[in-house]
Amino acid sequence: MSKSQKKNPVASHRALPKSATGIIGLDEITGGGFPTGRPTLICGDAGSGKTLMSMEFIVRGAIEFNEPGVFMAFEEKADELAMNVASLGFDLKKLQADKKIRVDHVHIERTEIEETGEYDLEGLFIRLGHAIDSIKAKRVVLDTLENLFSGLTNQRILRAELGRLFHWLKEKGVTAVITGERGDGKLTRHGLEEYISDCVILLDHRVIDQISTRRLRIVKYRGTVHGTNEYPFLIDEEGISVLPVTSLHLSKQVQTERISTGIAGLDQMLGGKGFYKGSSILVSGTAGTGKTSIAAYFAVEACKRGERCIYFSFEESPKQIVRNMSSIGLDVQKYLDNDLLHFHASRPTLYGLEMHLVAMHKHIRKFKPDTVILDPITNLITIGSVGEVKSMLVRLLDFLMEEQITVMFTALTLNTVVNEQTDEGVSSLVDAWLLVRDIEFNGERNRGMYVMKSRGMKHSNQVREFLITDTGLSLVDVYLGPEGVLTGSAREAEQLKEHTGKALRDYALDRKDREIIRKRRVLESKISSLQTEFESVEEELNKIYLEEELKKEIMEKNRKEVMALRRENKDIDTTSAPAKKKGNK
Amino acid sequence: MTPVKSKKAWELRLYVAGKTAKSVTALTNLQKYCEEHLKGQYVIEVIDLLEKPQLAEGDQIFAIPTLVRKVPEPIRKIIGDLSNEEKVLVGLNIRLA
Repeated sequence: MSKSQKKNPVASHRALPKSATGIIGLDEITGGGFPTGRPTLICGDAGSGKTLMSMEFIVRGAIEFNEPGVFMAFEEKADELAMNVASLGFDLKKLQADKKIRVDHVHIERTEIEETGEYDLEGLFIRLGHAIDSIKAKRVVLDTLENLFSGLTNQRILRAELGRLFHWLKEKGVTAVITGERGDGKLTRHGLEEYISDCVILLDHRVIDQISTRRLRIVKYRGTVHGTNEYPFLIDEEGISVLPVTSLHLSKQVQTERISTGIAGLDQMLGGKGFYKGSSILVSGTAGTGKTSIAAYFAVEACKRGERCIYFSFEESPKQIVRNMSSIGLDVQKYLDNDLLHFHASRPTLYGLEMHLVAMHKHIRKFKPDTVILDPITNLITIGSVGEVKSMLVRLLDFLMEEQITVMFTALTLNTVVNEQTDEGVSSLVDAWLLVRDIEFNGERNRGMYVMKSRGMKHSNQVREFLITDTGLSLVDVYLGPEGVLTGSAREAEQLKEHTGKALRDYALDRKDREIIRKRRVLESKISSLQTEFESVEEELNKIYLEEELKKEIMEKNRKEVMALRRENKDIDTTSAPAKKKGNK
Repeated sequence: MTPVKSKKAWELRLYVAGKTAKSVTALTNLQKYCEEHLKGQYVIEVIDLLEKPQLAEGDQIFAIPTLVRKVPEPIRKIIGDLSNEEKVLVGLNIRLA
């Protein structure tokens, strides 16, 4: 609600003013910090980080927001506090000398105190008021106010005075943080939540399967929108960092730029261009199939482009990876030296899943990489259930997508049901999934790789043989012989066999060709002899024909001559003929 | 226990914040008890924190009124309007419990 109102100057006075805590992530989930000028209750068990969080609120307020603060400690002495937070890089003594912070230790020792009759806590008010006025404080911490209850017996007076105290704090206009120990079934042991109703934050420190995780939840925050989940947080050498869990919407920017995987054959399988920038890639496979090598190639390729890369290793130490990769001709050290590549190796069991997530978050925010490698995510399952790992990865993916960071996970597939689930659980989240698998055949094991899915691009459907050689990784076409798919030496043998066969066939072909030529020659000679024969026969026949012709000619001539002779005779005959006719009449 | 310097054997400080009813009652009660039990051996210093708030921290004052026994050591504190004589005397080690 605040966003639209901030833009509108008329309505802005209605938005709840907030004081940023400066604690990483906390301001995001509270929508800007604690309510300005009102008390906030931070409650939690012993050791949940209440004191530290409130101290960070004061110190960061003084350093980053120029708001001096008073820290009233009911538990620890000023020196102890200074020492405790010195490990976080806060110089409390100097801040006190600079009048930015004032630490007041209220010591309540029950054995030294006797109560008789009516009293009030005006002394505390005066002390606090004096401290606030002396440095013009805007922020106040009372840690842990409930110690009053153990030091004083008159509950009636205490309760009345506490009510007055919070009222007084509001009047003073200071942003106050009050810490309280968690009680049975209640947020605080003495019901402080009854007095503070503006903002209540609960800190929790749970141990599940021997792994402890700190969590934070905003129980209530009046007049503002806030995250309601339990957010894990981490305390390390830089103080507290809270992880804003999931982004609420899927409205990320996408990129169309493609980036090479570093393996030419693999780029080819992905339409020749590689993966999309800012996408997520899962490489899964059984043990020893070269997942880490693929990941390292991907990382080094990113560095070659001059981009930054973080490699989170859950199995091998950085030195191991450097050594192992140099054995396949990959110089990782070079990029470590010029600070493009960072390694973060930790055992999954070092801390809980959430902590891993927070830690990764921190590293990524700090280093601002273009590529992130997680190798392997499967090991995380040792410290959480499938569902937990998945939800953690969703959150990590969300964050990485938001930041447009390309991420590559590797996952070990075993032949157990649980791990198949991890695979599948994650696979629906990622944009691309490469599967590297063993192809066991002919007494040897070879590696085959295929692209299971790759969103938004054309990709090969083929299984390629994946070779790890002294000079690096390469993909070769799997040989499809008459007996099925062949890999490794079987492929070589088959190729050799085919080669021999071809030579033999070529030779046979040659011989046949020659035979044909010879045949043709024979045929041709036969044809010519036949033709000669034919010619002689033809001549013979012609001869007879000519003779016949000649004979016929001569005979004709003779006949004509005879005919001529006969005509002369005929003329004589005609004179006698009419006489014959006469006689018939 | 023996006063070495010119100081009295009992040095008492009463912290108050203005002239409230409780403060007045406390001071009256205290003077009465001292006159009865420690005549001539005590000195009472009344500190008004409204005037000198910076003194509250030194004696770890949080409740008002607070009576602090500075001498003899160890330091003892009694908070409240000192209406219970028995408790005050035991608290100040004037009378053994």
